[in-house]
Amino acid sequence: MTATAKKPRRKPPLGIITRPGSSLRNKTGPWGILRPVFDWEKCTGCNTCETICPEGCVRHLEKKQYEADYEYCKGCGMCAAACPFGAIAMREEHR
Amino acid sequence: MRKMIEGSRAVAEAVGLCRPGVISAYPITPQTHIVEELSQMVADGETDAEYVRVESEHSAASVCLGAVAAGTRAYSATTSQGMMLMAEVLYNIAGMRLPMVITGVNRALSAPLSIWNDQQDTMAIRDSGWIQLYAENNQEVLDMHIQAYKIAEDDRVLLPVMVCMDGFVLTHTYETVDVPTQEQVDAFLPPYDPLYKLDPADPYTLGAFAGPEMYQEVRYQIQQDALGAKEVVKEVARDFQAAFGRWYGDVLDTYRCEDAETIYVAMGSVIGTMKDWCDARREEGGKAGVLKLRCFRPFPQDELRAALARAKRVVVLEKAITVGGHGILAAEVRAALYGQRETPPVHGAVAGLGGRDITFETLDEVRHRAEAGEADFFAGLRRAVVEAM
Repeated sequence: MTATAKKPRRKPPLGIITRPGSSLRNKTGPWGILRPVFDWEKCTGCNTCETICPEGCVRHLEKKQYEADYEYCKGCGMCAAACPFGAIAMREEHR
Repeated sequence: MRKMIEGSRAVAEAVGLCRPGVISAYPITPQTHIVEELSQMVADGETDAEYVRVESEHSAASVCLGAVAAGTRAYSATTSQGMMLMAEVLYNIAGMRLPMVITGVNRALSAPLSIWNDQQDTMAIRDSGWIQLYAENNQEVLDMHIQAYKIAEDDRVLLPVMVCMDGFVLTHTYETVDVPTQEQVDAFLPPYDPLYKLDPADPYTLGAFAGPEMYQEVRYQIQQDALGAKEVVKEVARDFQAAFGRWYGDVLDTYRCEDAETIYVAMGSVIGTMKDWCDARREEGGKAGVLKLRCFRPFPQDELRAALARAKRVVVLEKAITVGGHGILAAEVRAALYGQRETPPVHGAVAGLGGRDITFETLDEVRHRAEAGEADFFAGLRRAVVEAM
């Protein structure tokens, strides 16, 4: 925001986002009708699910422990489709 | 300095005087000479801009979008099919509120392919949020570019401006023009001082997703600012006159309209022919006047009402058509006049498509058919061709 001392400037028009991180306010979780559920018996900790998630909401907690952030998970099922061990099932959301 | 130069050269010199930081364009007839001249000026070191060569008009507009977003003054020019290819980016430039200037050289649209002049291309972009100014002659088109940056960059506006000039009729015509000095233009047009710019130290986002709870408000604001831009167009025209001594009207101009019974409305270079024809009509005793619309977007509804208040008949002549509707300008003039106590009949003549000359004979035909009560019609059609269809 380069404001000249001489003249007061207007506020930036609507639609121009001046503070980063605003997309975090847009919680996309409710978009989904399915949610991933992990089977820890089958999971080997290979990280494929974390890598492939387009929303970046599958997080690696420890060796064989993952967590999907349901605030943002849209239930697209890419993690389940990509899992080489069939360790992720897509289950219907009941809210 | 007065120079005898081609219209395209006049545009290039005007753009150079405005000191753009980035120029990006793709050559297309009849815009080519403008960008050839500019690339030469950059190569010769006369203009301190970066000239970005691209593979399409879509890319040219995108380069300019990024350049303005990064805080520099940008310029492009295109026409016809190039304008159509740019369309998606043009809406984004306006929506992101990036002030820049494009010369919209007016040419017909395919198909059939035509390189010749009409105004269907820029009229197709009318809903984008760009301010559109139409020039009558090469001095006006030169001066309009300098005005255009001043309008676009005004905090009250922050919208891009398209300077529309008739292809060939203006671009390829040599006329004597007064080219201002760099000092004069610098005094009138200060360096671009962006309200915001892409800066890693102070990041911002343009054109991001707006959900149903926000989109309509963003569009409402662009509409309010576009309507408000009318006053800025007027103010800049007055400031320009004070600085350079030249006046072309503000959002519109009138010629012999004071006591005119029939007022002929048009945009662009055809105004010159119409003024001569108007003089001839006056000598025959016909009370004709000519209204030149300089600013089509925003549309000067109130100013038109005032200028046409005493007319008994209004005839709109335009080199464009909305196929399946009729004249675009005629429809807007009708809408502007609608709802007053007394509204004159408004006739809409479509003429001069694809380079068909608009002559005194065309204008005579337009007058006769309007007086006979025809509402919307094509003028200057070759009857033999039509009858053989």
